[in-house]
Amino acid sequence: MAKLLMKGNEAIAESAIRSGCRFFFGYPITPQNQIPEYMSKRMPQIGGTFLQAESEVSAINMVYGASGSGARVMTSSSGPGISLKQEGISYLAGAQLPCVIVNIMRGGPGLGSIQPSQGDYFQSTRGGGHGDYRVPVLAPSSVSEAVSLTQRAFDLADQYRTPVILLGDGMIGQMMEPVDLPDQPDQPAAPSAPSKPWAATGWDGSRPRSIINSLYIDPSALERHNTMLQDKFAEIAKNEVAYSSEHTDDADLIIIAYGTVARIARSAIRAARASGIKVGMIRPITLWPFPSEPIARAARTAKAFLTVEMSAGQMVDDARLAVGGLKPVYFYGRTGGMVPAVRDVLARIKEAV
Amino acid sequence: MSIVFSKPLSLTDNVLTYCPGCTHGIIHRLVAEAIDDLGVQSQTIGVAPVGCAVFAYNFFAVDMLQAAHGRAPAVATGVKRVHPDKIVFTYQGDGDLASIGMAEIMHAAARGEKITTIFVNNAIYGMTGGQMAPTTLVGQVTTTSPYGRSEELTGKPIRVSEIISQLDGTAYAARVSAHDPKHVMEAKKAIRKAFETQRGGAGFSMVEVLSTCPTNWGMTPIEALKWVATDMVPYYPLGVYKDLSKGAA
Repeated sequence: MAKLLMKGNEAIAESAIRSGCRFFFGYPITPQNQIPEYMSKRMPQIGGTFLQAESEVSAINMVYGASGSGARVMTSSSGPGISLKQEGISYLAGAQLPCVIVNIMRGGPGLGSIQPSQGDYFQSTRGGGHGDYRVPVLAPSSVSEAVSLTQRAFDLADQYRTPVILLGDGMIGQMMEPVDLPDQPDQPAAPSAPSKPWAATGWDGSRPRSIINSLYIDPSALERHNTMLQDKFAEIAKNEVAYSSEHTDDADLIIIAYGTVARIARSAIRAARASGIKVGMIRPITLWPFPSEPIARAARTAKAFLTVEMSAGQMVDDARLAVGGLKPVYFYGRTGGMVPAVRDVLARIKEAV
Repeated sequence: MSIVFSKPLSLTDNVLTYCPGCTHGIIHRLVAEAIDDLGVQSQTIGVAPVGCAVFAYNFFAVDMLQAAHGRAPAVATGVKRVHPDKIVFTYQGDGDLASIGMAEIMHAAARGEKITTIFVNNAIYGMTGGQMAPTTLVGQVTTTSPYGRSEELTGKPIRVSEIISQLDGTAYAARVSAHDPKHVMEAKKAIRKAFETQRGGAGFSMVEVLSTCPTNWGMTPIEALKWVATDMVPYYPLGVYKDLSKGAA
């Protein structure tokens, strides 16, 4: 299998297709436009469906319809568009519908900018829409990881009957890197999607009627539904935490960073170690569920933590919850589409130790 | 003894949750009869709205999806694109379709989405307790137009069938009424025609049905039926606005 040089957005789209996704509904917004553009070209070649919706609101509801009737389906957007999709994501979570939602984050709030950001961390990891729910959030730090996490996202979605968010920043979407695409040729059927007897596909009396729904007007029924959802979320939290750990064994200071920021942090760590400062990193790959336990374990030996984010400080809250006040947790972040520089991270490392 | 009248197969045995005198029940029956007549019950997937018909999934004996407010045509689009061989319909009220869901319905029609929309227009928000809708008549008293709908403040009611029939993707659009037996029979024909249009693949089809809301209009059921004829029909003229189905003139 030859390595291909691909832009992150296009790699995510191709990986989705090779994961058996045959339906894509989207709306243009920078910096994720290469995903719908790629899908519009590829889907007709393989008998799939690409449809440009009239809005992100409509796109996410097309996803609801396609998923509710049994398809592997994806949509993608960026900050402002993801905000519009939140109503639909809440319905998808309530009705337990699997799908993949890609957010290639840009600077906010409001119209913000089109440059990279991680300002949608809270929105992604806290559910984002109304009501009590969480969705798994996967955060790739390279184009090749974006490819593997796209596949993982579809599998998690089907396994737990839940929307899954693939959360990349603008850099992940726009940069080109070599990737190994999963070796699944263009086959019409979803290669690994399980059967979905719950889907609304037409009722012939051989099974109970399929009703895709999030309405439970009786409060005790809704509480039972919520309890069931919370049990599911607890199961996901127990089983699906993913992170990577680098140089943490002897580290006095541990950086917590995700996405492309983790790569900047890695360069800073290398420079710090060259000057004798023992720094390591825990890189969350799932932002929800958050790798609280490994961070709590590391807090026994490390003297301090530093979260580095392209936000005004969002993941740092989860880091502090994980550390539980045992050790100081410092924060360094840039906003507005500004990217932290290695020298600035290094300066923060030196301040912290 | 032979059976001369029975409940359509495409209705469940569940007791309807609609108010006394509301014509939703009649319209449900007409939709179910159309599905039965075409023999497509096992091939049909319905989409319920937010509004009085939010529980429609309890009443139609077909697979159903409940959609967010106004989004039923987008949900139905997703279903139909996955199952182009199935019959897909939405059942929506006037607040759902003509206000919050205006973008979804117009673009589904413009795309020529091969779905059927049953649009129940009772000129008011029923489920939430009688607020002004985009279809509320000028002068009509609602809980959010307590002095009567003011044209100066909120403009005039929207005539959806007229607008939607202008879109090239619309193959069939008709406005009917459920206020007396003669009109119910015409409504039945139109609903059946809309489903046939979908089956024939000609494009988007919609039937707007003028309906009563005695509870929120503050009328008896009989007064409400009369009000449809005297006040609604003059503003919302009945008839077939478009028919591009095979065999149509």
